[in-house]
Amino acid sequence: MRYVLRRLGFFVLTLWAALTLNFFIPRFMPGSPLQALRDRTHNRLSPAALEQMLTSYGFKPDENLFVQYLDYLRNMVTGRWGISIGATLGEPVTKVVGQALPWTLGLVGITTVLAFALGSLIGVVAGWRRGGRLDSLLPPVFVVTSALPYFWVGLLLILTFSVWTGGLLPSDFNYDSGLQPSLTPGFAANVLAHAVLPAATILITSIGGWILTMRNNMITTLAEDYVRMGRAKGLSNRRIMTTYAARNAMLPNLSGFAMSLGFVISGAILVEYVFNYPGLGYLLYNAVQNTDYPLMQALFMLFTVAVLVSVLVCDFATAWLDPRARAKG
Amino acid sequence: MTALLLDTSTPTGPRAPTRRRGSGIWAALRGSRKAMLGLAIFAVFAVLAAVPQLFTSVRDPNELAFAPGLGSSRQHLLGTTTLGQDIFAQLVYGTRQSLVIALVAGFFATVLSVLVGVSAAYLGGVADEVLSLVTNVFLVIPTFPLIIILATYAGKGTLLVVLIVLVVTGWSYGANQLRAQTLSLRNRDFLEAARVRGERRSYIIVVEVLPTMTSLIVANFLGAALYSVLTAAGLQFLGLGDPNSISWGTMLYWAQSQQALQTGLPQWSIAPGLCVALLGASFALLNYAFDEISNPALRPVRRQRARRTRA
Repeated sequence: MRYVLRRLGFFVLTLWAALTLNFFIPRFMPGSPLQALRDRTHNRLSPAALEQMLTSYGFKPDENLFVQYLDYLRNMVTGRWGISIGATLGEPVTKVVGQALPWTLGLVGITTVLAFALGSLIGVVAGWRRGGRLDSLLPPVFVVTSALPYFWVGLLLILTFSVWTGGLLPSDFNYDSGLQPSLTPGFAANVLAHAVLPAATILITSIGGWILTMRNNMITTLAEDYVRMGRAKGLSNRRIMTTYAARNAMLPNLSGFAMSLGFVISGAILVEYVFNYPGLGYLLYNAVQNTDYPLMQALFMLFTVAVLVSVLVCDFATAWLDPRARAKG
Repeated sequence: MTALLLDTSTPTGPRAPTRRRGSGIWAALRGSRKAMLGLAIFAVFAVLAAVPQLFTSVRDPNELAFAPGLGSSRQHLLGTTTLGQDIFAQLVYGTRQSLVIALVAGFFATVLSVLVGVSAAYLGGVADEVLSLVTNVFLVIPTFPLIIILATYAGKGTLLVVLIVLVVTGWSYGANQLRAQTLSLRNRDFLEAARVRGERRSYIIVVEVLPTMTSLIVANFLGAALYSVLTAAGLQFLGLGDPNSISWGTMLYWAQSQQALQTGLPQWSIAPGLCVALLGASFALLNYAFDEISNPALRPVRRQRARRTRA
């Protein structure tokens, strides 16, 4: 129970820290939405009219900072994220976010889980067959691929599969602009075709890390006494590999997996930018370009919450799977 | 609570104490093909960064001195940009900034990691609680979005802004690792002996604790440098760096905004990206070699056998 409370406490504290950073960074830096909006409307509106517009959108520069801060915290938690003042001027932030969310979840979510599962599997096998052909080939290769810049891999794929092949695979957007979203096989195929290259980009750059950490954990675990005991008991190799070694080697990777979601979001910003894929990362890029405070704040909070929730879930999963972790907490 | 967040990749728990002298590390590096390859790549870039004039006759790579959009030829190895700059010259001159970012940001992030991580573990008590909490908060907050927001508001990153942002966001992983390592060292006999001798804490930390962690600290530096290279390039690629500076990231930005891939100048995008990837790979290879040094279990099997027969 104490363990659960500590984890929840950490969750709330980190969220608060992120929200606070989020509030103060833009306000203590040069540049203001007012100026940005003035630039965008090319001075066709009077300053007074502009300011009135911003106030109605929830930005109140004249109010006491502390009051603004409290208001902001309350609004963030209750889901009143305000109205976008960027390219999608006047739209509620929740709606803008809601439109982009499924694309990121679909593309990045599925690819990340896939990379984790595939990478762990290969890592288990490589670690098990220590010194084998697979094991001696994999590490150097994947050390290098996991250090590749996401966006560069994306550019290479676009060049190879889109530009040089005369548009074999689409290199931008989530589906052809002429199509109407519908639940037909044709539309689904179109969406999939658009997802292939960005998904491959994420897979190529993130799978290496999983293979390497899983292999290393596996090697460390295989040296443990209980593995030797399993052998002494005469259990089948398969049994030792899966239930004795892999299960325990997996544990440290779980929290790594949770934290990696943060890095995946980071990578996704660049991947979505390269492929003009209208997900949350691309949205953040646009929000920053347009000094769209409300949208930026909501997105940064969402990213943080996503990482925190997955860390929390994985902590509990680890505690459930590993009594030692429970005792330590 | 910290212990859980901590175990992310390689086992950071009690490691075999690493060799104390630099020469031991050097010998281990020389024996590793990965490390030598990484070192070789790094050396090439170091030379490019130090004396770019040796490799190209162009003196101002940003000057619009040539016909735009030329293919590669003997005069222009990689052709020219749509604005008429020599791509190869930009690539050569761009090395310096990427290398400076990697080394400087990597260095300061590591210093911060050591300061926070080691003192948290060594001081213990409330100081540890607070420092670990701060570390964990920084560890979990999604860095790249934060960097993008920070860089934008700092007025489109000059070099200094980019460096500060990278250090602020890049230290937490190392701090966590170093804290774990210090904790495992804390009650070893040689430290107990130093305490009994009545040495000051600062003396014990600097003279007794830190040298035993050399390889871990170096590995952290390499990790931070790799992170800095990739992140800075990503940031500049998005157009959030100084667009007039000469760096690989800025080249990528201009290439992307001029649609280099689609207009028959793919080398304009691919070459600087390749350089980022190569520099990143050199750090990653060295880092992996250091991992093998500080965690003997990971060393390639064949080499271990050879050592055993020699011994």
